[in-house]
Amino acid sequence: MNEIRYVAATGALGVGVDAEALEQSLDLRPHFIAADAGTTDAGPFALGSGSAAFPREAVKRDLARVLVATRKANIPALIGSAGTAGGDPHVDWVLDIAREIAEENHLSLRTAVIRSEQNRDYLLGLYREGRVRALDPAPEIDETVFSRSARIVGMMGVEPLQAALDAGADFVLAGRCSDPALFAALPTLRGLPPGLAWHAGKVTECGTMACEGPRGGVITATVREHEVILRPVGEGLRCTAQSIAAHSLYENAHPYLHKECSGILDLTHSKYTAIDDVSVRITDSGFIPSSDYTVKLEGAELVGYQSIMIGGIRDPFILRRLDQWVAEVRAYIYGAVARILKLNPPDWSLTVHVYGRNAVMGAMEPNASEMPHEVGIVVEATAATQELATKAAQLARQPFLHHGAPEWTSGTTSFACLHNPAHIDRGAVYRFNLNHVAVPRTKMEMFRTEFVQLGARPL
Amino acid sequence: MKLAELASLIRSKNAGPFVLTFDIVFPDDESYLRAKESGALTIARFAELFRCEEKHVLFFECDNARAFKFSIPRPIVQGNLGDGDMHGGQQFIPLMDIEIR
Repeated sequence: MNEIRYVAATGALGVGVDAEALEQSLDLRPHFIAADAGTTDAGPFALGSGSAAFPREAVKRDLARVLVATRKANIPALIGSAGTAGGDPHVDWVLDIAREIAEENHLSLRTAVIRSEQNRDYLLGLYREGRVRALDPAPEIDETVFSRSARIVGMMGVEPLQAALDAGADFVLAGRCSDPALFAALPTLRGLPPGLAWHAGKVTECGTMACEGPRGGVITATVREHEVILRPVGEGLRCTAQSIAAHSLYENAHPYLHKECSGILDLTHSKYTAIDDVSVRITDSGFIPSSDYTVKLEGAELVGYQSIMIGGIRDPFILRRLDQWVAEVRAYIYGAVARILKLNPPDWSLTVHVYGRNAVMGAMEPNASEMPHEVGIVVEATAATQELATKAAQLARQPFLHHGAPEWTSGTTSFACLHNPAHIDRGAVYRFNLNHVAVPRTKMEMFRTEFVQLGARPL
Repeated sequence: MKLAELASLIRSKNAGPFVLTFDIVFPDDESYLRAKESGALTIARFAELFRCEEKHVLFFECDNARAFKFSIPRPIVQGNLGDGDMHGGQQFIPLMDIEIR
């Protein structure tokens, strides 16, 4: 029977790989072990700055467990969206960690390194040919978006991964990658139906988050012609028809249609059936091939540099007219920064978050008129350089401290600063600037693969 | 009965940096159908609760997951200046108090 069995080692490389469960999962005789290592969920900083969201030690611990297990079983390991954002510095960072692991554990790894960071001029060329299309909702862009970006990555589908597996890679280290593609690559390469293969990938890419029960453990999938079987390995973990169905909705705007490079995963008719206490069968998932091959772009650009100040207000006379009080303080600070630093918006900005009020939900907060007995305030000064942002934050302190309530006859100190110095320099701040797809001329041209040997070759 | 008492899971989350998505999941068919047939969960109600335009709200009734899903464009793009919820995880609270008859 044609089937592919695999293990998803963790939902995010760096969060933890359950060593015992991973060892136990080898009893399934998996054809590969894979783990996603990236996300935009932490925000634009990783992509913009070229750094990772997890410490090196945590990624090394998890990756070592995956690489040692796959060498033991003589099967390939796949890691996607390396180093959080999957740009070239992120891939290089994980490659360096993998080299260290190979040497320390005497592993020989024929490694396919697949890069997905995009050349700005190449993208500009696609844009001018009408080969960059907006998703909904998307920021307005023009030609300058490419040169403004600190970094842009393209999200690969299964094709570059399959080429690497076909070429006999022990370890596929991929830049930015569709999470389910990492798991769908081998099953679809072996001719299994794409609907089931992609659906299995969609459920397993978050690790055991699709299961009920405690955290930890690993999740395994068996992809066959007419079904996928999902089964967790780990004490107390169970897949239920509902946990798998509910996870299929997770983190997507549409519950049933999931856009990938080569088509749309269609879960409209998917059926979920419990086959024992911990395992679930999926059937009837479809895949609608697209006429155009599209690659999702993710870009981040520098907003500026930031300095922040944290404090609180307890005085009920201020709290009962807080909005007005904040507006007066802000106006005063903008004036002072204009006079002293000769700086005006949009060259700098002051953002005020009022915790206890509406800092979490902003304009969507339904209870903004309810005033608590104290509020926490975070003030963000953002400017073109750190020096200017720091000076603006320094100029913000006195106005917050000494804008009292008119009910008091003499000056009070109206703002409880948390720190000295009151400001904290945050460094560079980035923003996401693309929600677009590219339509490359060929499926492979946006991704570059090179083979490297990690660890000594066996004699 | 309030939705939070009837549902087994109410959550919000980023669906990429530009979209917020809300899932409401029920423990059994009875509670799911009760919520569905109550007519309390609609695009109009959601738009009112979250102060957004109805035309921007996507709404799905997912029978096989015993779940409802709403999706809206993020009012502030994830991580832009002013965004107070990087992961979009704490936006579901107004759904909790919806009265289901």
